[in-house]
Amino acid sequence: MKTVILKTASNYLLPLLLLFSFFILLRGHYLPGGGFVGGLIAAIAFVLHAFANGLENTKQLLRIHPGFLMPVGLALALFSGFSPIIFSDLPFMTGIWFPEPLSVVGMVGSALFFDIGVYLVVVGVSLTIIFTITESA
Amino acid sequence: MLTAILTGFLFSLLLVFAGKYLKGKLAILSALVPLGLFIYFLQFVETIANGEIISQNVEWVPSFGVNLGFTLDGLSLIFCLMITGIGFLVFAYTAAYLKGHEYLDRFYGYLGIFMGAMLGIVLSDNIISLFVFWELTSLSSFFLIGFNNKEESSRKSAILALVITGFGGLFLLSGALILGSVAGTFTISEMLISKDLISESPHYIIIVAMIFVAAFTKSAQFPFHFWLPGAMKAPTPVSTYLHSATMVKAGIYLLMRFTPVLGSTEFWNSTLIIVGTVTMLYAAIHTLFRTDLKGVLAYSTISALGILVFLIGLGTEEALLAACVFILVHALYKATLFLVTGIIDHETGSRDITLLSGLRKVLFPVAIAGFLAAISNAGIPPSFGFLGKDLIYEATLHFGNSAIFLTALAIITNILLLYAGFLAGIKPFSGKLPENFSKVHMPSFLMWIPPLILAVLGILIGIFPSIIQESLIQPAVTSLGENGGDVLLKLWHGFNTILALSATTIGIGIMLYFLIKPTKKVEIAIEKLEFISPKTITEKFGDAFHYFSSLWTNLFQNGYLRHYVSTIILFLVAVMGYTLLKNTRYRLDYSSFTALTIYEVITVAIMIAGILYTVFTKSRLAAVAALGIVGLTISLIFVYYSAPDLAMTQFSIDTLTVILFVLVLYKLPKYLNLSDYKTRIKDGILSIAFGALISILALEVLAEPQSSEISEFYAENAYLLAKGKNVVNVILVDFRGIDTFMEIAVLTIAAIGVFALLKLRMTAKERITTENKK
Repeated sequence: MKTVILKTASNYLLPLLLLFSFFILLRGHYLPGGGFVGGLIAAIAFVLHAFANGLENTKQLLRIHPGFLMPVGLALALFSGFSPIIFSDLPFMTGIWFPEPLSVVGMVGSALFFDIGVYLVVVGVSLTIIFTITESA
Repeated sequence: MLTAILTGFLFSLLLVFAGKYLKGKLAILSALVPLGLFIYFLQFVETIANGEIISQNVEWVPSFGVNLGFTLDGLSLIFCLMITGIGFLVFAYTAAYLKGHEYLDRFYGYLGIFMGAMLGIVLSDNIISLFVFWELTSLSSFFLIGFNNKEESSRKSAILALVITGFGGLFLLSGALILGSVAGTFTISEMLISKDLISESPHYIIIVAMIFVAAFTKSAQFPFHFWLPGAMKAPTPVSTYLHSATMVKAGIYLLMRFTPVLGSTEFWNSTLIIVGTVTMLYAAIHTLFRTDLKGVLAYSTISALGILVFLIGLGTEEALLAACVFILVHALYKATLFLVTGIIDHETGSRDITLLSGLRKVLFPVAIAGFLAAISNAGIPPSFGFLGKDLIYEATLHFGNSAIFLTALAIITNILLLYAGFLAGIKPFSGKLPENFSKVHMPSFLMWIPPLILAVLGILIGIFPSIIQESLIQPAVTSLGENGGDVLLKLWHGFNTILALSATTIGIGIMLYFLIKPTKKVEIAIEKLEFISPKTITEKFGDAFHYFSSLWTNLFQNGYLRHYVSTIILFLVAVMGYTLLKNTRYRLDYSSFTALTIYEVITVAIMIAGILYTVFTKSRLAAVAALGIVGLTISLIFVYYSAPDLAMTQFSIDTLTVILFVLVLYKLPKYLNLSDYKTRIKDGILSIAFGALISILALEVLAEPQSSEISEFYAENAYLLAKGKNVVNVILVDFRGIDTFMEIAVLTIAAIGVFALLKLRMTAKERITTENKK
């Protein structure tokens, strides 16, 4: 779709939407949001960019194949599950937390890293499926 | 003992890496493995003879009562020595028989697995681990029968053997499970204590029947015998080792092992006697019609196995003693005959009995081995076979009312077996040497020494039965629950009925050998009866099964996505509809409903418009966009009913779904091929029914008194335990984190699937080149 309006808008929308998706991810623990929705929003941001500028440009912007986000996310989620075993000698998947809250983010703990893992997997999965279908359909 | 069993498997594993070094001249080194094991088991002979039983217990799956318990008693020891001893000779023989074969290492690998598994069967004290080893022998047998996998007949025979023995294996597992639950233990030696409990249990008949099916399939008893002649497609060392000396005796072993636990009941004894008799006679008669040496030997093996089942069926102390002795007798002479046949086949290229004669002039030591084995097979004194045959007659003669009848059957079988033995061991070597065989030369000593050792052993034990009397036979009989201490093996019993019977057998047998000349004519004549043979019936059944499954598959797996979806929905509607109709009381409490608001009315109106537009539009893209509208209105409803998380997710998912649809539809051909109105009406009815069903379901759920325990727990503890205020998210990432982890793993798998399907497929050009190559 070659429209100047969409093209121009998408250049501004991409960073904004990504920032928004990250915001949604971080607030998930206290207010509606979370890794899953955040990941979907990030995926939509990239798809929008691909609509306006062509898939090739988006891929160049991403540098790596979105598929690589999947193992990274899975590993991060798994790591957060193992972290209580490693750091506190607690069973698998027990939530552990830093004692003091961070400004803006709030409490930082294993659940947050788990959510980031979900976020990365969702972005990777959606983009892989959509990019693959776009390329071969 | 675990180490001994594992040795075979480790040896095979080693061959994966070191196989190419062992393929050449070093092949003979592999024979050291069974030799080492043979020596290892020999050292137990004295201990076992003193009446001790050696056990070892390794915990495997203790929570299910499945342990790797191993017990070495007299019965196991006989089998272990046979497996490793004959194994050693066969390993050495193979080094020359398959010299320079491309896949010699593979062959040794299969043999190694087989040896380990077979040792596992005879040493296992736990019936579940016995089953595992049992299946492993079936598998290794499959690979060995199909070793010449470029021949269709080999592959077919291998599959047939696997199907039949695997079928029996399933019965063994079910029988073992029932037996284990009745006895309260899976350990065989502990079952002995609860023998009465088992035989009085209402499941006794089922247990025994299942164990019988397992034993009969493995030991090629009528009507499951037909896989064994087919299994002769395997290279001769395999026929020697698996299909005459050891594996087919696993069924016999199973029956003997369970004789003390399940035996001495009417059902046990008469079934075994009937099946054993039918098998031994049926197969013995069959040997008359065979002209292929291995065919003759295959049927005489089946017949011998029949004799063993028959003896176990008699169940008296004499009969069990005869069975123990006959196992050894048979292993010695039959392995010799097979090895001799292998040499003849290897050197002359023929196994046709009508063509072979006079080979003693060129293969003299082989002729001696064949002759001695035939003597032992015939039961001519002073061979070991004579001893074995005497014991069989003694067992039948002392068996109550039907003694005369059973003895007569045993005599007929033995006469025919004698004929078969002479045919295989003497016929090829006697008479005149045909011109075209005059250049035949002796094979490597690795090939003719093993049969000679076995044959000489068959005579030696006959002359000096005391070699095995105390060391092997007595403990074996004892382990069958009889008093083996007073067993006495003697060659000469004086002039009595048994000697007369023996002489009659030998006399008529030799006459038969000189009277009947095997010809192709008879073999062809008998093939006309093939259509009623169990083999044909089984194959027909297999074909019918094949036909049915392809019909079934084509009906449901037709490749049309729309049919899959309608089938799934139809099934759900049928199953759920039935349950709802039966159990629903349709009580709705209208007073509990909140009043409609204007937002809701408008949202639902938009939704209905979207649905109608989707159904009636003629443009695919418009339909997708309208569906998107329906999705967005749903997320609006989520917002009204205070589920912001759901609304957000629904909103994003819907956006992505529309994009995905557009991407695919955009690339479809432009012309429209919409479904006709009949299909539409059908689909419409299905959709409405499904929708109605879901609505009823949702209303019913509301009508049920709610249990709020779970949601209260989450609401109370989300902040306390997980420091989060958004309960939904806390559940996702903390309380049910493992579920979420599984879900994202599934998502990843789906994405990889899409990627693989679309990216890794062949292009049209590649497809054409591969097809051309074919």
